[in-house]
Amino acid sequence: MDIGIIIAGLLTLAIFSFLYRDNPVYKMAESLLIGVSIGYFLVITWDNTLRANLFDPLFTGGEIDLLIPFGLGLLMFGRFSSKTSALSRIPIAVLIGSGAGVAIPAMLGARTLAQMSATVQPLLTESGWLNVSGLVVLVGVLCTLAYFYFSREHQGTLGRVAKTGTWFLMIFFGTTFGYTVMSRMSTLIGRVEFLLSDFLKLTN
Amino acid sequence: MRRRVPQLVCGLFGLLIFTLHFLTSDQAHRTYRLILDDYYQIVFAFALLVGVVSFIRVNLKAVERGKDRPYRIVSLLGLLLMPVLAMGWGIGGDSPFLWVFDNVQVPMQATVFALLAFYVASASFRGFRARSLPATVLLLSALLTLLSRSDLGGFMAEYITPVADWVRYNPSMSARRAILIGIGLGSLTTSLRVILGIERTWLGGGK
Repeated sequence: MDIGIIIAGLLTLAIFSFLYRDNPVYKMAESLLIGVSIGYFLVITWDNTLRANLFDPLFTGGEIDLLIPFGLGLLMFGRFSSKTSALSRIPIAVLIGSGAGVAIPAMLGARTLAQMSATVQPLLTESGWLNVSGLVVLVGVLCTLAYFYFSREHQGTLGRVAKTGTWFLMIFFGTTFGYTVMSRMSTLIGRVEFLLSDFLKLTN
Repeated sequence: MRRRVPQLVCGLFGLLIFTLHFLTSDQAHRTYRLILDDYYQIVFAFALLVGVVSFIRVNLKAVERGKDRPYRIVSLLGLLLMPVLAMGWGIGGDSPFLWVFDNVQVPMQATVFALLAFYVASASFRGFRARSLPATVLLLSALLTLLSRSDLGGFMAEYITPVADWVRYNPSMSARRAILIGIGLGSLTTSLRVILGIERTWLGGGK
């Protein structure tokens, strides 16, 4: 049998051993997973970003302007000394500022305006019938938004509208929960199938 | 000064990126891409490196103190293994680096993900009781989705699937849309607060 399958099977069983209770075998596998994942991500970050976008263009291609992000990146390491820790705030400021600057148009466009325009549909179909689905979506969005409006107490009309919003939220949570269960179950089926067919050779 | 300068840098970069987004000239577009594709990625990569160094320091200290020593050593060895394999044999198709990824990391990650199926099931047994009308609606909605997406509902798929799809694309989608609109507006105001220097929690404590 392939040594890779044996190792993968044993590690899979080690993780599943947590179902019995927290134990040293599980902890060992968990620690290995943490270490290997960080190591993998370190190598990928080095290869895809630092080598490809910084060191090769800077030292081989002579792109001097890359000294700016390089210098900013090095300032990050100031965090490890109390004397220089304030310096690390500057590259963090660049990250936070750029992130905030790009988030304003992106969030306004993709999250707010796109969702609002998709909500407003014709309430009559081409054949003149009432577009029930479109009406449900419109009412649902307005009621759910009213539920999240906390500047006024939820009483009277607002209270009733907000209460209707909770129904829509419950339907949403139920559907989302259903899909979450299905995704976890399909992964579980995949792991059990691996154990039974590839590792233990009990099924084909 | 230690807080003012980073605040100023943050505001300037925020305004610059925001303004560049709306400018249509080639130069503005190039600068926008340069800052976000190159500078941002590189500085972010260094931030991740700081995280790795911090992880190594914390674990080495724990090993010295003897707290969970074997587990900490395994973590550190795992972390060391991947760069050593990558430096020695590369990260291409048949490399040992990819072998460890395929036979160690991927199976364990998938199993941890699968493990949650049991906890989701146990949580639903405890939480999914039709004690009130909204709880019943939640329960029915979840059941409808589960039935429509599993073999269990296969024998009545032609009835259940269209109903489940309608629920998903209409009432469920409307609540999702309202939440997304809320997230959008929340992110917008937080970003504005950060750029204007009203929101300063990212600076952390200290002077």
